[in-house]
Amino acid sequence: MEIRNLLNHTSEWLKGSGPNSDIVISSRIRLARNLSNASFPHWASKKQGEETLDKIKEGFSKVDYLKNTTFLELAKMDSLDKQFLVERHLMSLDHAQKTNSKAVVVDDEEIVSIMVNEEDHIRMQVMQSGFNLYEAWNIINKIDEAIAEKLDFAFLSDWGYLTACPTNAGTGMRGSVMLHLPALVMSQAIDRVLAAIAKLSFTTRGLYGEGTQAMGNFFQISNQISLGPSENEIIESINGLIRQIIEQEIQAREVLSSKNSPLLEDRINRSLGILRSARIITSQETTELLSMVRLGSDLGMVKDIDRRRINELFIVTQPAHLQKIEDKKLSSQERDIKRAQIIREKLNI
Amino acid sequence: MLCNICNKNPATVHLTEIIDGQMSELHICEDCARKKSQAMEQQFGLSDLLAGMADFDKTKSEASAIGMSVKCPICGLTYADFKKIGRLGCGECYNTFRKYLGPLLKRIHGSTQHTGKFPAKAAKVSRKRTGIQELRIRLSKAIESEAFEEAAKIRDQIKELENKELKKKE
Repeated sequence: MEIRNLLNHTSEWLKGSGPNSDIVISSRIRLARNLSNASFPHWASKKQGEETLDKIKEGFSKVDYLKNTTFLELAKMDSLDKQFLVERHLMSLDHAQKTNSKAVVVDDEEIVSIMVNEEDHIRMQVMQSGFNLYEAWNIINKIDEAIAEKLDFAFLSDWGYLTACPTNAGTGMRGSVMLHLPALVMSQAIDRVLAAIAKLSFTTRGLYGEGTQAMGNFFQISNQISLGPSENEIIESINGLIRQIIEQEIQAREVLSSKNSPLLEDRINRSLGILRSARIITSQETTELLSMVRLGSDLGMVKDIDRRRINELFIVTQPAHLQKIEDKKLSSQERDIKRAQIIREKLNI
Repeated sequence: MLCNICNKNPATVHLTEIIDGQMSELHICEDCARKKSQAMEQQFGLSDLLAGMADFDKTKSEASAIGMSVKCPICGLTYADFKKIGRLGCGECYNTFRKYLGPLLKRIHGSTQHTGKFPAKAAKVSRKRTGIQELRIRLSKAIESEAFEEAAKIRDQIKELENKELKKKE
């Protein structure tokens, strides 16, 4: 697979399809696994790290489920390609910044991605569009089983899968759901919702995972507890919480569009107006305005632009994507100009 | 009163710190307070948090000090290393430092019994044991949800299995 070819492809998580896709962008399951009798990446010597990498690469090559994947060693990639994969949510920012004995495995459909020698030896994730954690679980569970036939995992019958950080031990599973909650933010109810989430041992993060700010009304919610409940119980608990948040967002949207309709329509159309005419625009402003247009599309106030096109704009306007499209390095101002141009082209059809 | 740090602005923030049982008071201005809290936030990462939690259990005896220097036979990490970096060195560390990690896992997850899936290879070795284990897990869940009839049934199943295993051994 050529990394460039991904430019013409819509990531699974951006398809804008699947259950509740007006509010839920994507669902993701990640499993952390480690080889037995091998030092975890942060504690391994360079040689040990390389041995682990080779062992995993060899193991993966025998797994049928991974035959449509590409094994990309980070040491052989340039920084733009790495950032490009981060923007597509195929690997973490942290993984991209350190290169020694690290790799990322990506499938052609961008549903499966596996980071090798990140915090744990193996961090696999499966993404699905919309509210669909069970489907993501079904896929990743099969891959995990197939890999376990080729590689020995560090595991204890009472403490489950063993991970570098004890906060991930047990199932090694993190289920995350990415939500778009503009109405809860606008009606200032979001703080109450986020506080309740934190009390229930779930975490909220921004668009790009750990340590990132919530931007453009996007929130990623995931479980914190990984030892004790089974995988299905974890998914069920996340689902229960997400269903309630969806319900609250729907109510907030109804209140906004019935009581404050002119105000809301004004904000949505102004956002669209700026996006359709701006000549210079930052990535942050783009995300915030697109969030409003997406809401407009969901509520039927914006008729000629579908969700998928808006979702795609979120990603192709990211810095590494712009530079991949232009096929050269761009300064920050050059990017702001190129970004505005692409948005005009896509929204003025 | 002037700020204890910059000695320029009036002190409006009053801090009382207790470190190792020693109480100290600090009277500082808003600017210095902001700088101090930023510095604290930067220092206070996840590893500190975990290390702090691990410390919680500090056994008063000398034994714990000795335990701190025991090295994991596979990777060489000590518990003192773990407290510093907040990450373990390899899977075997969980056995090596079991007595410290049990209480830590309990505090993080509220449980120390995995009920999720097993890797195929591990399952072959311990499937028989998991039969009873699985039932014990179901038993505690049934009791938790106050399904006592169900709990009684599971308890009987466990007894039956245990008796069978005993007979086998005899």
